Amino acid sequence: MQSDDVIWSVINQQFCSYKVKTTTQNFCRNEYNVTGFCTRQSCPLANSRYATVRENEGKLYLYVKTIERAHTPAKMWERIPLSNNYTKALEQIDNELIYWPNFLIHKCKQRVTKITQYLIKMRKLRLHGERVELVGVKKKIERREARREQKALSAAKLERSIEKELLERLKSKAYGDAPLNVNEAVWRAVLDKEKELEAEADDADALSLDEYDEEEEEEMLEDREFVSDDSDLEGLSDLEDFDEGDEDEDEDDDEEEGDDDGKSTKRKRGAAASSSSLGKRKHDAPKKPQRPDKASKKRARLEVEYEEETVPLSKNALLAW
Amino acid sequence: MVLKIKNKVKREQVFRKQRREHTQAKLNQRVERAALEKKDPALRARRLAENVPRTQDNMREAYEPHRESEADDQPAASTSKLPDSDSDEDDDQQPRTPSCKVLVTTSPKVTRATYDFCEELVAVFPDSEFVRRLRKSRAFSIGNIANWASKRGYTSLIVVNEDRKVPNAITLVQLPDGPTAYFKLTSIELTKQIFGHARASPHHPELILNGFVTTLGHTVGKMFQTLFPPLPEFEGRQVVTLHNQRDFLFFRRHRYAFRSTEKVALQEIGPRFTLKLKWLKKGLPTARMKEKEEKTEVDGTAETSTEESAAKVELKPTGTGTGVDDGYEWMWKKELETSRRTFFL
Repeated sequence: MQSDDVIWSVINQQFCSYKVKTTTQNFCRNEYNVTGFCTRQSCPLANSRYATVRENEGKLYLYVKTIERAHTPAKMWERIPLSNNYTKALEQIDNELIYWPNFLIHKCKQRVTKITQYLIKMRKLRLHGERVELVGVKKKIERREARREQKALSAAKLERSIEKELLERLKSKAYGDAPLNVNEAVWRAVLDKEKELEAEADDADALSLDEYDEEEEEEMLEDREFVSDDSDLEGLSDLEDFDEGDEDEDEDDDEEEGDDDGKSTKRKRGAAASSSSLGKRKHDAPKKPQRPDKASKKRARLEVEYEEETVPLSKNALLAW
Repeated sequence: MVLKIKNKVKREQVFRKQRREHTQAKLNQRVERAALEKKDPALRARRLAENVPRTQDNMREAYEPHRESEADDQPAASTSKLPDSDSDEDDDQQPRTPSCKVLVTTSPKVTRATYDFCEELVAVFPDSEFVRRLRKSRAFSIGNIANWASKRGYTSLIVVNEDRKVPNAITLVQLPDGPTAYFKLTSIELTKQIFGHARASPHHPELILNGFVTTLGHTVGKMFQTLFPPLPEFEGRQVVTLHNQRDFLFFRRHRYAFRSTEKVALQEIGPRFTLKLKWLKKGLPTARMKEKEEKTEVDGTAETSTEESAAKVELKPTGTGTGVDDGYEWMWKKELETSRRTFFL
C-alpha cells in the first residue's frame, strides 16, 4: 500500500539515502527531485502524485507519476517529450498538469527555464569558446616540487656561480680588449696577472731552449746587449725579454711587408688573430711610454709600429663583438 | 648502557658526561688537524679533494647520453655561453635576424598580479612589447597569435598564464617555426619586493646560461638566448642569469662591478622567478581555423611542417582548434621522476 505519510515520516525522522544534511538546510540527491530540497512537498518518494522535468542528451522530458501506477515501479513514471520551443514547452506543461498543485507546475516551469538556459550556453561554448582543458591540481606533487625547488636553490649557490662566471669571462678576455665594464685598475691587475703567468710559461720554454740550442744562445748573447735596458725597469726576467725581442723583429718584417701591400692586409691579420694574441698585444702597449726614454735608434722604429698596430686592432675587436 | 640506569637524575648525568666527552674528542681531533694543515697546506687540499660530499648533482644519472662529443667541440656551449660566441655559431647555421622582438601577453582573463609580472618581463627583455589579451576574443588562440606575431616580425612570444589570480605558467614560443615550451612558474618576486634592489638601465644585458647539459637543455637554453639581443651593451654592467639546477631554472638579474681580479660585487635588479619545464613541442601551437580564407592565408605564409598543416586540415571539420596533437618532443610525467638523480635539462 502506498502511504505517503508513512514514507515521509521515515524519511524525515529516520533515514533517507538521498538526504544530504547541512547546517542550514537539507538537500536531496534524488534525480527526480524538482527543487533539490528535502521537503515534504518536493520529495519524489513521499508524494504519490509528482511531476518533474529532466534533460536527456539535450532534450527535455516531463516526468509524471500518479498513484494509479504506484504498484508497478517499472512503469511508475510517464515520460512526455517537451517541445524544443520554450514557450510551447511551458504550454505543454500547463496542459499536462491541469488541476495539479500550483507548486509542482511552477517548479517544473522553473526547471524548464534553467535547463534551456544551460543548454544554450553549452551550445555556444562548443561553437565559439576557447576549448579549455581542465587539469587537476595535484597537491602532493606541488608540495614535493616546492620543497625540491628550495633545495635546488640552496644547492645552486646562485650569487657565487654568477660571480665565478663573470670573473671567468673577464679573465678570458670575453669583454674585449678595452672593456667598458671594468675599472681601469682592475683591468690592469688582470693583465698583470696574465703577464706573470705568461712569463712563467715563457721561462719554462726558454729554459728548455737553453738546453738544446747552442746557436740560439749565441744570438741571445748578442741580443742581451740592447735588451738589458728595459729589463731593470720592467722587472721581468732577461729570458722573457729575449723572446719579446725576437717577436719584435718578426713584427718589423711584417711591417715592412705591410707597407708594401697597404694597411688593409695587416688589419685582416689582426682580425684573424685569436683573443689570446690580442691580449698579448695589449700587454706590449703599456711599455710604449717607457721605451723612448732610453731607447736606441732601433727602438724608435718599433714604437711607430706599435701605435699603428693597436688602434685598428681594438676597433676590429669591437666590431667583431 | 645509559638507558638501563633507572634513576633519571643519574641517567641524565651520565648521558651528559658521555656526550661532552664525545664532543671534546671531536673538537680535539679538529684542532689537531687544523694545526697539521696549517703547517702543510697540501694536506688540507688533499683532504678536501678526497672528502667530496655526495650530492644529487654529482651523483647524477644520465637520462639520455650527454652530448659529450659536441661539448668537447664547443666547451662554451656546455656550461655557460656568451652571447657573442653563440651568435657566431648561429650565423654558421642560419642567418638569424639580429633584432629580437618579443611579444608578451597573458591568458584571457587575468588580474593585477599578472599584469605586474608582465610589466617586469617587458622591462627585462630589451625589445619587447606587452599586448593585452582581449577578454571576449574567442578566435585569439595562442596558435593564431603566434602566426600573426611571426608575420609582424616578432621573434618570440611569451604567454603568461594565470590561475587563481596568480601567474602560474609561461608558454614560450619561438617564432616563426617553433619550438614551443611550457614552463611552470613559481616563486615570483617582483623588483620592488627585493630589498636593496638596483635600478635597471636600458642597456642590453649579458646573459649567463648555467648548467644546460642535455640536448633538451640546449634547446631550452637557445630559446632563452633568442629573447636577448646577441650584442650585449657591457657599459650597462647588467647580467641576466638563467641557472639550471636539478631542472629548476632560476631567473635572476644583477648589476655587477669588478672590485678586484677575484671579487665581483653583485646587486640584484629583479625580478626573480623559477621555471620548470613541463613540455616542449616542436612547432607552433596549433591555430584555430574558423574561416577558409584565414586558413589558406596562414598556410601560405607561415611555412610550418607538412605534418602540422595536415593536422590543421584534419582538425578543421571538428571545429575544435586546439586539439591534442602528438608533437610533444618532451613532456613531464610522474613516472619520469622515479629516480631523484635523473635530470632532463
